[in-house]
Amino acid sequence: MASLISCPHCGTRPKEEFSIKGDATRMRPSPQAPAEVWHKFVFIRDNPKGRHKEFWHHVLGCRRWLVVERDTLTHEVYGVTDAQQALKAGEAVE
Amino acid sequence: MTGSRLSSGGLVDRSRSLSFTFDGKTLSGYEGDTLASALIANDQLLVGRSFKYHRPRGILTAGSAEPNALVTLGRGGRTEPNTRATVAELYQGLEARSQNRWPSLEWDVGSLNSLLSPFLGAGFYYKTFMWPKAFWEKVYEPFIRMAAGLGRLEMEADPDRYEKAWAHCDLLVVGAGPAGLMAALTAGRAGLRVILADEDFRLGGSLLPSMASVDGAKAADFAATTVAELQSLGNVTLMPRTTVFGWYDDMVFGAVEKVQKHVAVPSHDRPVERLWRIHAHHAVLATGAIERPLVFGGNDKPGIMTASATSTYVNRYGVSPGDRVAVFTNGGTGYRTAQDLVSAGIQVTAIVDTRAGADDRVPDGVRVVRSAGVVDTQGRKRLGSIIVERAGFEEEIACDALAMSGGWTPTIHLACQRGAKPVWSEEKQVFLAPDSDPRLTLAGAANGLETLAEALADGAAKAFAVLAKLERTASGTDVPAVEEARSSVHSPVWYVGGARSKAFVDYQNDVHVKDLALAQREAYSSVELSKRYTTSGMATDQGKIANQNATGIIAAMRGISPGEVGLSTYRPFYTPVSLGVIAGTSRDEHGRPVRRSPLHAWAEKNGATFVEAGLWYRSSYFLKPGEKTWREACDREVLNVRANAGLCDVSTLGKIEVKGPDAAEFLNRLYCNAMLKLPVGKARYGLMLREDGMVHDDGTVSRLAEDHFFLTTTTAMAAEVLSHMEYYAQTQWPDLDVTMVSVSDQWAQMAIAGPKSRAILSKIVDADLSEEGFPFLAAREVMLKGGLAARLFRISFSGELAYELAVPAGYGEAVADLVMSAGAEHGICAYGLEALNVLRIEKGHVTHAELNGTVTPDDAGFGKMMAMQKPDFVGKQLSSRFGLTAADRLQLVGLKPVDPKNDIRTGAHLLKEGAKPSMANDQGIVTSNCFSPTLQHPIALALLKSGRERMGETIVVFDRLRGDEFPAVVCSPVFVDPENAKLKGEPARPARPAQKEAAE
Repeated sequence: MASLISCPHCGTRPKEEFSIKGDATRMRPSPQAPAEVWHKFVFIRDNPKGRHKEFWHHVLGCRRWLVVERDTLTHEVYGVTDAQQALKAGEAVE
Repeated sequence: MTGSRLSSGGLVDRSRSLSFTFDGKTLSGYEGDTLASALIANDQLLVGRSFKYHRPRGILTAGSAEPNALVTLGRGGRTEPNTRATVAELYQGLEARSQNRWPSLEWDVGSLNSLLSPFLGAGFYYKTFMWPKAFWEKVYEPFIRMAAGLGRLEMEADPDRYEKAWAHCDLLVVGAGPAGLMAALTAGRAGLRVILADEDFRLGGSLLPSMASVDGAKAADFAATTVAELQSLGNVTLMPRTTVFGWYDDMVFGAVEKVQKHVAVPSHDRPVERLWRIHAHHAVLATGAIERPLVFGGNDKPGIMTASATSTYVNRYGVSPGDRVAVFTNGGTGYRTAQDLVSAGIQVTAIVDTRAGADDRVPDGVRVVRSAGVVDTQGRKRLGSIIVERAGFEEEIACDALAMSGGWTPTIHLACQRGAKPVWSEEKQVFLAPDSDPRLTLAGAANGLETLAEALADGAAKAFAVLAKLERTASGTDVPAVEEARSSVHSPVWYVGGARSKAFVDYQNDVHVKDLALAQREAYSSVELSKRYTTSGMATDQGKIANQNATGIIAAMRGISPGEVGLSTYRPFYTPVSLGVIAGTSRDEHGRPVRRSPLHAWAEKNGATFVEAGLWYRSSYFLKPGEKTWREACDREVLNVRANAGLCDVSTLGKIEVKGPDAAEFLNRLYCNAMLKLPVGKARYGLMLREDGMVHDDGTVSRLAEDHFFLTTTTAMAAEVLSHMEYYAQTQWPDLDVTMVSVSDQWAQMAIAGPKSRAILSKIVDADLSEEGFPFLAAREVMLKGGLAARLFRISFSGELAYELAVPAGYGEAVADLVMSAGAEHGICAYGLEALNVLRIEKGHVTHAELNGTVTPDDAGFGKMMAMQKPDFVGKQLSSRFGLTAADRLQLVGLKPVDPKNDIRTGAHLLKEGAKPSMANDQGIVTSNCFSPTLQHPIALALLKSGRERMGETIVVFDRLRGDEFPAVVCSPVFVDPENAKLKGEPARPARPAQKEAAE
């Protein structure tokens, strides 16, 4: 895991300031989606090796939810974006 | 047969004598000594007993890899066991004690283990203590625990301070030997921000004991000059006594600085140790190399040490480990040490060389025995002679010390801590660090280089490379010229054949060659398995001395290359780090800060007894004169609230402001019940679910304006709920225009409950509080008489006519005082958490005792609250799964004991009458219980299978832990005022069975 995260709002900060929610590519299905889809959203998670996007919450900083793209193998961080800004700009979190 | 102080020489300050004690004996040394060098000066070469066989052990090294000379320093709370004497800086008044011996270091009963050693081989414990099984807990474990361990832990609290800090630099240089100094100098002169860290208290590394000349000066003087120049550069930070112990992601290094470990009584103004996290853009590891012992019979006697350690003691500290020293070597290092000894006037009795020939210069008059090996040693607590075997003939050579050299192992720990595997160099016969990150390079001996000249040049070159990457121009730093006697390379000998007694590989864990052989025979041949089976490399030195030899020996036994065997994984920490410095300032109240409510002083004045709830101190009950137990106070408070009025501090509830045009829509999706049409000026009880359909938290939602809501959470979930809300607002519904902020600390909030509460508040609040003017669930901003803006909510947890009054935190105490004095004529009392809990159990209101993460709204009796007609809310979709709607789910019920003398206790299980206690027969659990002062008998809330269909059934309360087994009757969870008449301040009507209603 990374030691430092470059928060787009607060700058480079130690990882202890953040909490991690997990997979950022799983978005809430539509309310009409079948039960199977909801089941997968709530309970099923991959454990990917390599590039992975995760939701990180800057709990002890700006309190923004960020999307951290990192490599689960090398721990390299490829990018950190503000989740809401990215989503509103229409950038699908995939 | 003496270790002694030489008449001259060394870098110790002979004008500053320091006295210290070892096992109570007063000894003296000089400033600049380590404890080890001072012990040698006092001829104390027996320092400790070994871990398993209790063999006499001395000093093996002069550095941080020391496996033998472990002592306990200090006393009381400052006691530090397992300290390496070789790195403990001597100070006036130092107290050291030997370890792992009883009754004394000289006479140790545990050494009988040596006689049993044929039975104590590797895996002995695994094989022996398997049976009989019943013996483990009572016999084997206590016995092994008594015998195990080296130093003893002191239970007294550590009186010293520790702290943590961050540092930032362009270049971190680890190690201040020749390579490190040159790297720091080159980068420092070019203007880079440089940190140079070294574990030693004196910077210079191998230059300090070196007899070479550098730039025409003594090596140690060259080091001092270089350090002085570095010190003068504002962009260079020197960190002596600082061990860089770990390399972490993103070029963050962990280091521990010993700030005041070299003084008897540390100043309280500074920490004794400091944990550094150093963020470096580049790093040069100039961590040197560790000299290996040779593995031969009897290689652990006090007086036997590595050749470089011998040279260090003689040249740096001006002490001699003996009068007649033998040298055993497989390379040039042994000859250099022999020369150092002869130069200091110490007799060298022989150089035993495993090789047939070498071109090293032999000091005049010293005998060399070539193609030979030491096969055994004589002497008990001190080396007396060595048995040398050459071409089948044995010879005993008298000596009181032996300097051995098995070659050098580059210190590559840091470079391999992040998963990169060491690479075997067939040419150099050592493991080298792989290239795993362009920002980290190794220089000098750590890079496999052997001579001083190479190390100096490599350090400068590695710094130049960093400068080039940063596109910085380097001002010329010439690599100094070195004059040094030629030294031949080592030709590895992992194991000296023909051993006639134990040949130790891992000294600290008493692992010898036969243990490794046993591991191979028993198929624990992978290096990781061999390590764990024999414990080789598992001691506090983490294999610094043992691992390379163990790999070589295993390779020889298996007939493969050491490269194929490999090394076990390198992990932080490089050397042991104290738990104190890892905790840093996070201890006592700093590790677990106390949160006090804004009404804390009010509660204290009113005689509160406090209870810790998470970090909070909450008022638990308020003892009156004459009351002896919490129950007496609690019962009185409950009855007084039901009859008159009470004030309870509820400031610890989480409080969150939500604002924005989409605030209502947001909360409507967040809560399972309807929030969209909540009128302005009204409050509503709300339940938040998780996506899996279980209740997440409950609280109240008040609409203060069209676009402005105020919500409360439970005390424990305050932080979690805010994160949960921010997650949905920012990542799942990013288009909603809504913001939220915690205001938990901004408001003091008090519940004023009881039939007289309206009368009391009317004296204070400048508003119409009549049933029409401020009805149940009204919520709005009000002015207090006197002009303070406050928020008033007509909500009730007790079931009584009740209000919650919120004022800015700073006014809390004054307003609470005011309410108490206004309420005096109405008989108001302060009530605490205990009474609050009884009041809510009597009303069947749930808390997290019931909402335990496995409970759906319907389980808790809130099924009708769920607004399933809403298009979406968190938890809606999974709420309709079969398992969550099954008829036999655990549902909230009340319980009354058949015999009122029986106390139903939380945690007890429920069984059908006559059913055998078993998991299959389990019907549910008791979640909350109390004695009801209103009803005058014990009551309880429980989660019971199909509970709502079982009203009136007699059920067995079963608790084997506490010996309870008695019948109780299932009833409605609402024990008091099921008609909710009291909410309006009317007297309660006689109770009759009623369906539990939502708390509103």
